[in-house]
Parts: sequence; structure tokens; C-alpha cells
Amino acid sequence: MTTTLNIRKLAVGQKAIIKSITAQGELGRRIRDMGLVPGTEIEVTGRAPLKDPVALRMKGFTLSLRNNEADHITVEPVE
Amino acid sequence: MSKRIRIALAGNPNAGKTTLFNAITGARQHVGNYPGITVEKKEGFASSGGRELHLVDLPGTYSLTAYTQEELVARNYLIDERPEAVIGVLNASALERNMYLAVQVLEMGLPMALALNMMDEAAKQGIRIDAARLSEHLGIPVVETVARNGKGVEGLLTQTAAYAEQRAGSWEPLEISYGPDLDPVISEMVERIETEKFLTDRYPSRWLALKYLENDDEIRVVGRKTDKLAEELEAMAAKVAEHCKKTLSTYPEAIIADYRYGYITSLLRDVIVRDTDRQRIDFSDNMDRLLTHKVFGPLGMLGVLFMIYWFTFTVGDYPLGWVENFFAVVGDMVSNGLPDGLLKSLIVSGIIDGAGGVLSFVPLIMIMFLFIAFLEDSGYMARIAYMLDRVFRIFGLHGCSVMPFIVSGGIAGGCAVPGVMAARTLRSPREKLATLLTAPFMTCGAKVPVFILLISVFFPQNQALAMFCITMLGWVSALIVSRILRSTIIRGPSTPFVMELPPYRLPTLRGVMIHTWERTWQYIKKAGTVIVAISIVIWAMMTFPGLPADRLAHFESQREAIHAELAQAQPGSDLAQKLEKRLPLVDNAEGEAALRGSIAGRIGIALEGISSLAGFDWRTNIALVGGVAAKEVIVSTLGTAYSLGEVDTEATQPLAERLAKSPHWSALTAASLMIFILLYAPCFVTVVAIRQEAGGWKWALFSVVFNTGFAFAFSTLVYQGGKLIGLG
Repeated sequence: MTTTLNIRKLAVGQKAIIKSITAQGELGRRIRDMGLVPGTEIEVTGRAPLKDPVALRMKGFTLSLRNNEADHITVEPVE
Repeated sequence: MSKRIRIALAGNPNAGKTTLFNAITGARQHVGNYPGITVEKKEGFASSGGRELHLVDLPGTYSLTAYTQEELVARNYLIDERPEAVIGVLNASALERNMYLAVQVLEMGLPMALALNMMDEAAKQGIRIDAARLSEHLGIPVVETVARNGKGVEGLLTQTAAYAEQRAGSWEPLEISYGPDLDPVISEMVERIETEKFLTDRYPSRWLALKYLENDDEIRVVGRKTDKLAEELEAMAAKVAEHCKKTLSTYPEAIIADYRYGYITSLLRDVIVRDTDRQRIDFSDNMDRLLTHKVFGPLGMLGVLFMIYWFTFTVGDYPLGWVENFFAVVGDMVSNGLPDGLLKSLIVSGIIDGAGGVLSFVPLIMIMFLFIAFLEDSGYMARIAYMLDRVFRIFGLHGCSVMPFIVSGGIAGGCAVPGVMAARTLRSPREKLATLLTAPFMTCGAKVPVFILLISVFFPQNQALAMFCITMLGWVSALIVSRILRSTIIRGPSTPFVMELPPYRLPTLRGVMIHTWERTWQYIKKAGTVIVAISIVIWAMMTFPGLPADRLAHFESQREAIHAELAQAQPGSDLAQKLEKRLPLVDNAEGEAALRGSIAGRIGIALEGISSLAGFDWRTNIALVGGVAAKEVIVSTLGTAYSLGEVDTEATQPLAERLAKSPHWSALTAASLMIFILLYAPCFVTVVAIRQEAGGWKWALFSVVFNTGFAFAFSTLVYQGGKLIGLG
């Protein structure tokens, strides 16, 4: 059984696969331009001192985005 | 005679595009802005195998969706200027994402060569890339490069130039399948576009169809102006969007992006080999564990900011002094060489002081930019934004706003000019504007002498505390006003903080130097011309119309009388000394009368009606009017206005005594004045810088009017409030 989660719930160091992205318009475009598309594996590498934004590692680089922006992305944890 | 080949460099930010550009063109480059906007335009020249190459560095983008100004510039350059070739600069260690932009350029159909840059870093991470195979798949040159040490650069140029000649300007759009939902509608659209010849002289037809599906605003606007077919295409796009939403609960734009990445994945399947055995120790990840740690991260950041600050204003003070001295010497020379009169006054007070005022900032600006360039190129700037974004967002700002604030005088003693220019790192237009308009509220170095003067006279018991309070007031005002602006005239959702945290790298000396020099030179050029003109105007305002002849004669006769008495008195006697002391008093009285009668003086007197609400008399008004040109002028103008002749900004004692004794002044007046000086119109150099960064005089003018109004309201409130509760 697979469970989908919000990136907010992932712990630092946890890996997941992107399942779907619901963001549209400006934000949706920005997210996809950076390579966040379904099927991509991400790893939460850190959170800023106030827990927001979050830093993700994917496809060989690190990306940061705010929690409320990450809320548009659902993921499925690996392992 | 060979023809000059134009080559555009396209690539993601942090892909090493600028380093490559510098490596190719060396000193033969030219920086400007694209017409009408602040995106930097860099051009340079090189030659390869007897061919003359003209290189254009497009702004770094992740995509060509025309969503940001950078993207629009890059895209329109490619479409309208039709360069003979494009070099796609790719960061080899993040090839998948970097290919996203390259694929979009290939879809447009331009002749393109790929530079697999930073191959050394990729190798360190255990990534091997088969460049020959990628070249074979795409049918274009693919060259491995390391821009930092110039490896592969020569080969890249020869191959690109040869390929450009081979293609001879023909566009061959790459066709990617977008799946069963979109492919039929795309072919249908392409057919319609080609039969109607709809915009086909400018855009490739398939690309145009894709833009309609992607909801591209720019293309839609252009289309509507051109032909009725635009409506039809929009309807087709809307229909398929509706269908996608119903059946797949997604939309065409997302499908297009997914298929593009899918295409890239299949393209790279046998190109990239990841060395899985090798334990990848990522240096940047380890650095981040410490540098963005929840406790050590902010502490380290404060340390770094403080160090930069300290270094800039301590070390920068020396060259600042040299430049100031240089202008003082030039001023003296001209002074001695020219006869007294208007011309001398114009050249010395108007032009030399004006130019000196601008140029004396140059060392500070250079040092500041040196650090900013270093922080940006090293990747740390992105971490600062990352750490502070949460706090700044509350005030409608962006994590990147911190640097402009600090540099402007967030720690007392900065300067708003480099501060405003540092706002260039903000990519988001609304947050950038809010930052530009509020950064001048900080306690810049020119305000400090006035504060010190007033504090020492009126708050002698709590000097440090008063200085601290005024600095904090700058911060609080900036944040609150940002919040207000962002929820009124620059309203709008916050710009997404989807930002790359580039790996930490040691910047190249050459890159940092070029960056620093470019920005400094822009400052000198733009500020220099405008400021000298304005300082001439200010000089004229304080000089004309001058005293009428009878008043001049009156002062002259007073002086003559004293001279006559002096001639009779015994040299060195008490009487002679007394008489000698009376001479400057006459000069001062004349100066005061002249100032009162000058345009500036009349403005000062005219303003007294309003300004008295905040407790300022006409003399203060003149100083404040002068302070709009440059805040440094406030102390010296106050001195002149209080008829003390030349007052050095450093030696404020006589003026201080005068103010302390004056019945017009109280601690309340001083507090009101300090608040006003802290917050009112930015100095002219800053205004020019705001215009440059905000892209128009409208916002520059707004900052003058709004900040002054805000300052006046605040001062009046404090003054009147204070009087009500019996202070002052």
C-alpha cells in the first residue's frame, strides 16, 4: 500500500518520489522549470532555522522552497 | 574577409555561464542594460580560427516561458535577433534540469551547441557523461568544458562557429511528442497557423502552437493584435485544457513540462553513468549542515555581515579620505587660481564639490560590491535569503532583502547607494520595489554626523542609547512601511521562493573583479552626470538672486569703518583685537542676509509655516532642503544658516554650543528633527540609483515625496505629542 504525504511531514534526510503537483500559474511554472515533476526523487536536506523554507536535493542540485509552496506537491516516501 | 558570427550564451543561473563568457571574451566586453529594463546586457568579442565572434551573454534563466523579465529578454533576443548560433551552457552535475532550457531552445530551432561545463565537479561527484553520444542523439556539437581554467573553451568556439556556418542560419525546430492528448491538437494548430501564415515570419509554427497551449501571455497579446486566427487558437487551447482537466485532472502546461522532462530522461539514459559504488561525499551538503544550522547558521550570518560591514567602513574610510582630500586640493587650486566671483563659486562649490561628493563614495561602493560579488559567486547569499525569508515575508519582503537593508545602514554608518544597488539580487519585482523604497530609512553614514551633533547637545546623558534607538527606528520604519506598501500600492501575492541553493564554490578572482568593476563603473557614469547637474542647481539656489546693491554697500561700509578704526588702533592692543573679532561677525551677517534672500532661503522661510508644526525654523529648513541633495550638507548648512561661517562636519562644537543656547531648540525639537532626517527624501545619488533599479523616474519621485510626507507626519506627531504632555 502506498501512502502519499505532504513535504511538510517529511523528516530531514528522508527521501520521497513526487506523485503530483497541483500548483498552477506562476508558481506551477516555476516549480516545473526547476525540475520538480512527477517521478522525480527528492530528499529533504534541511530546513531553515525557523523551519521554513525547506531545502530539497534532487537531480544533482539543491532547491529551496517555502512550506506553503511545497504544500502543492504530494510525495510518496521511499523505503 | 570573414563575416562576424553572433553567438548567444544561454544557460541556467549557476551553470557557470558568466565564467565561461569571461573566459572567452576576457577584457573585450561591454556591459549595459537592455533598453528600458534593468536586466544586464553583456557583449564581448573573440576570434577563433580566423573568424570574428560576437558573443552575447543572455540573462541566466531556467526556462523560456517569458514569465520573468530575464526569460522575456532571452527569448526575444533569440527570436528577434536570430543569432547565428547559441551555446547552451550546462552544469554537467545537474544535467537533467539544465537540459530543460536547452531543449526549449532546440524546439525553437536555432543552431545550438552544448557546453558541458564544470566537468571536473561532475567527475568528483562520480558522474560520467558520454558527450559523443549526446552529440549523436541530438545531431549538434557537444563539448566538455571547465570554464574556471579555460579547458575546452577553444574547442567549443571552433566547433560552434563551424556548426553555425554549416547551418547557415537555418532553423530546424526539434519536435518532441507531447502524448495522445496534445499531439493531435498541436498538429491541427500548426496546420492552421501555416495556412494562414499567422506570425510565421517571426515565430516557428510548432513553437507558436505550444505557446498557446502553455497560456503564454506575451504571445496571446501579440496574436490578438495580428489576426482573427488568434481567437481560434485560443479556443482550441481552452478546449483541450478543459478536456485535460476533466479526464486527467491536469492542464496542458503541466503535460508539456512532464513530456519535456520525459524526453530529456530518455535522451540521457545512455549518456550519464553514475558511479554508484563511490561514496559521494557532498562538500556543500556538509557545509550547509553547519552554515544553515538553526543556531550556528544565524550566528554565522551575523558574523559574516558584521565583518563585511566593519571591513567596508573601516578600511574603506582610508581611500574615502584620499578621494575627499584630492577634491579638497583640486578645490583649493582652482580657488587660488581664479578670481573671486560667481564663476569661481560655481566651479568650486557647484561642480568640484558635487563631483567630489559622488566620487568620494566610489571606494566604499567598490569594497561593498567586492563582498557582494564574493557572497553571490560563492553561493552564500542564497543561504542568507534562505535563512531570513521567513522573517522578512511577514513584512511583505523577500529573504534577499536583508543585504540592501544592512548595506544601506542597518548597522549605523552604511550608505543607501550601494544598498539600493544591492537590491539587484532580488528577482521578484514587488519585493524589490518595497526594498528600494524603504532601504533609505536606514541610518546611513551621512546622517550620523547630524545625529551625533544633536545627541551630544540634547541627550548628553544617554548618547549610546539614543544612537541605538534611532538605528532601530530606521529598521522598524523600514519593515512597517514595507508592510504598508505591500498591502496597498505594491499589493500582490509574494513571489514564490523557489530558489536554487547553488553549491558552495570559491569564486574566481577574475569573476569577482569584473563584477565589482561593472557595477562601480555604472555608478560612476550614471550618478556622476546627474549629480553634478543637480549640485549646480542647488548651488544656484543658495547663491541667487544675491543681495541688492544697497545692502552690499551697507555691509561694505561697516567693514570699511572697522578697517579705518583698525588702522588707527595700535597693533596687538585690546582694541585692535576686539575690532578684528568684529570683522567676521559682519561677514556672517552678510552671509546670513544673502542666504535669507536666496531662493533656498526664501523656500526655507516659505516652508516655515508648515515646518513649524514639527518644530523646524527657516534655518533648519534650508539645511533640510540642502540635505535632499546630500545628507552631509545638513550640518554645514545648519552652520551657515546659524551664521557661523564655514563649519567643518567633524568639528561641530561651535554649532553645538549655539544650538544648546538657542531658545528655538529643545530636546523635543532635536528628537523631531532626527526622526525627520532619518526618514525623509533619500539623497539625490540614492534617488538616481532607485530610478536605475526600479526602472523609471516614477518610483524615484515617489520615494522623494512619500518618504518626506511620512517623515513629516511622524516628526509632527512626535513634536506635537511631546508638547501636549509638556516636553520641550
